[in-house]
Amino acid sequence: MTDKVVFRKPQCLTDKAFLYCPGCSHGIAHRLVAEAIDELGIRGRTVCVSSIGCSVRCWRNFDLDVVQGAHGRGLAVATGLKRALPDKVVFTYQGDGDLAAIGMAETVHAAARGEAITVIFVNNAVFGATGGQMAPTTLVGQKTTTYPKGRDPGHVGMPIKVSEMLAQLPATAYIAREALSSPKHVLAAKKAVRRAFEVQLAGGGFAMVELLAACPINLKLPPVDALKWVEENMVRYYPLGELKSPPAAPPARAAGGTGVGATGGEGAGGRTCAGGGCQ
Amino acid sequence: MKREYKIAGFGGQGILFLGQVLAYAGMQSGLESCWIPSYGPEMRGGTANCQVVLSDRRVRSPLVYNPDVALIFNKPSLERFSPDVKPGGIVVLVSDLIDTSPGRSDIAVYAVPAKSLADAAGEPATLNMVVAGALLAVDPLLRREDVEAAIWKVTPPHRQRMVAVNLRALDQGVDWVRAHPAEGTTGAENAANAAGAVGVVGMAKGAR
Amino acid sequence: MERTFMKGNEAIGEAAIRAGCRLYFGYPITPQNELLEYMAAHLPEAGGVFLQSESELAGISMLYGAVAAGKRAMISSSSPGISLMQEGLSFLASAELPGVIVNITRGGPGLGRITPAQSDYLQATKGGGHGDYNLIVLAPSSVQEMADLTTLAFELADKYRNPAMLLGDGIIGQMMETVTLPPAMDQGESKPWAATGCEGRERNLILSAPYTDQELMELNMRLQAKYARIKAAEQRAECEQMEDAEYGIVAFGISARLALAAVDDLRADGVKVGLIRPITLWPFPENAFRAYPKVRGYLVVEMNEGQMVQDVRLTVSDMVNGRVPGAAPTIRFLGHGGGYVPTATEIRERVMELARLLREAVGASEAVGAVRTASASGSVPAEGGRRTA
Repeated sequence: MTDKVVFRKPQCLTDKAFLYCPGCSHGIAHRLVAEAIDELGIRGRTVCVSSIGCSVRCWRNFDLDVVQGAHGRGLAVATGLKRALPDKVVFTYQGDGDLAAIGMAETVHAAARGEAITVIFVNNAVFGATGGQMAPTTLVGQKTTTYPKGRDPGHVGMPIKVSEMLAQLPATAYIAREALSSPKHVLAAKKAVRRAFEVQLAGGGFAMVELLAACPINLKLPPVDALKWVEENMVRYYPLGELKSPPAAPPARAAGGTGVGATGGEGAGGRTCAGGGCQ
Repeated sequence: MKREYKIAGFGGQGILFLGQVLAYAGMQSGLESCWIPSYGPEMRGGTANCQVVLSDRRVRSPLVYNPDVALIFNKPSLERFSPDVKPGGIVVLVSDLIDTSPGRSDIAVYAVPAKSLADAAGEPATLNMVVAGALLAVDPLLRREDVEAAIWKVTPPHRQRMVAVNLRALDQGVDWVRAHPAEGTTGAENAANAAGAVGVVGMAKGAR
Repeated sequence: MERTFMKGNEAIGEAAIRAGCRLYFGYPITPQNELLEYMAAHLPEAGGVFLQSESELAGISMLYGAVAAGKRAMISSSSPGISLMQEGLSFLASAELPGVIVNITRGGPGLGRITPAQSDYLQATKGGGHGDYNLIVLAPSSVQEMADLTTLAFELADKYRNPAMLLGDGIIGQMMETVTLPPAMDQGESKPWAATGCEGRERNLILSAPYTDQELMELNMRLQAKYARIKAAEQRAECEQMEDAEYGIVAFGISARLALAAVDDLRADGVKVGLIRPITLWPFPENAFRAYPKVRGYLVVEMNEGQMVQDVRLTVSDMVNGRVPGAAPTIRFLGHGGGYVPTATEIRERVMELARLLREAVGASEAVGAVRTASASGSVPAEGGRRTA
């Protein structure tokens, strides 16, 4: 009698255990990325760029070539890699501190150039690795170790909606936001992650998936409550769904949240030059 | 053998181009060659200068403090650089833009009405090449064919039309100096010479 | 071999392309813009990628990505931009990645001005970024060397998997000189460690942060062992007229050209002076100094406030002055930051001053030496007196 395999780890994941805290969403995000790469059959030609933060050691778990750059510079490192290896698949795996605080300039400019890179942006609204300080995506009123009374917009402004911001840039091809807070949302996230790789494979430009994630330790909530907090608080401020998709894309899935006006369609092809006048 | 040049004037007079032509001609003739544009504090105030060193061995200091040859295109540059010229050295100055002389008896001064000559030829921008021609006539170090090759080389591809014009100006300079030998002249005589030169050109203009 | 006449900044670009550089990143800053523009015009023709980065901070990380992919790549800037790159330099060193960085320096500190200066010596040779690491630092003093040392920088960077910096200055960058260009070569050896996708092999990891404390210790030990190998094998200096020299001038880059003119003048006057010109600023060419134990004093000439003096001092501190018992060679300094360019005349005067000082010192010490010898029961002959005879 042989056992029937009903569930296995993706080929793109090593046998090493995740080092993340109990209830952390990184494990789910890792798995979604690994499944997408497996399904697309691109493991052998994919290079991962890791960020600095909780996912600094994602190389332990991704069974891929991994390049670890400086804090916030993931998209600059990925730019160098992708320009050197235009036929390979390059993705970054970055948290909100890395991508949206110290690395915002690199992020915006890589998006503005339309670098053909896939970005997995894990937004848990807090600096996790350093112990719960305020992030650019920390919600109003959310308590952190640097603002224990909660984020005061009068003092530090409002949280940044990175996806909406990048969707405005003509050279971004695919921008979507999903949450890792429930099976339904995880399934939607899975599709978005895969789509973000497909866009790169199709030769499209910058493709980013923002994944709303739970950090129970720093939220000081039990894991289940932390997921509930993501659904009740983060999703309200950061609506889910595709913000932008290449025109040739398959019909977009009905957005799971209050999708803001999608700017899809104004992606590639925006550069025109009349009769050599720009020489 | 080493020959150090200082070339100075206003921006737009083709100072840097002239320097590059001399430097490139030096290389053509088998010498080691070095050119430095005005750099640092000197480059302000609309003045332009460059320095060229030609040598039969590796150039030591590329910076020129005491030139063998000074090609001077305006009065401030004359005041600034002519006192530094080595005794026995050469100054070629554009006499119709400079109303004074170096006032030194230990150098050879050639006051050439290069502006008037260039204007008379209908090519005011070739002022620098007239001066180059004057230098060719008084300093045998560089040969005309090497200077000609240098002009071809230094002129940007889209301005190659200017090569022939520049070569004509070069010969104008040579011819003028041969017609007006002025070596060893000193201050007062120079000034007189310069005044006379303007007169000559005035006549040339009139003749057209 | 192709002899031509080129600007220093452009010679770097051409040599880089011929050395197989296929990616270049840069951000505009004077006085290195000719290099940026040369690469923009010519690298794509050679099948390479030119990319103007949004900042030096991003640019150095683009370089990091490109060299992690196994390609020869370069970035250039001038002093303030190089300060921004210090993060990336430390990361390149820790991840043991090659990569060539060009610094055509300007006067600092802060924004400074584009006046010529050599004020980034310490930043280049002593780290600049955090942690115990070294760049290989090459200092060209002519347009020919702008080309030759660019080639060498690519070779050494690959050979040791270590970032290499070309430290030039505004004068050499802007200067045109005759130059014989190196022949074109390929990318160099293949790099089995590069991150290119793990098809058909074990995965490659390019890591800056080791996983454990122990591994960080091991990384540091590995780096130090590598730096020791580089120190042993890669010191380079040009020594001019040092064989019989009593006095040595020490200068790098453009300062060395001026010093060389002074050496010629002084030799014509019968002064036994030579020049040691460090070509590798790191590793500092200690061996060159050890080859000339008879030198009694050095004049260090720099366009900064004496940054290289400490390396010279460390190098000669355990050497013995040929004349004065128990004393290392005397060291004097001529220089300034902020746009000062020494003249051959100044250098000559300072060497003469050093010679005078040492003559007096020898006289004084020999008087002391004679007394000491007399009281040491005559075991050491009083040679000092004979020397001055």
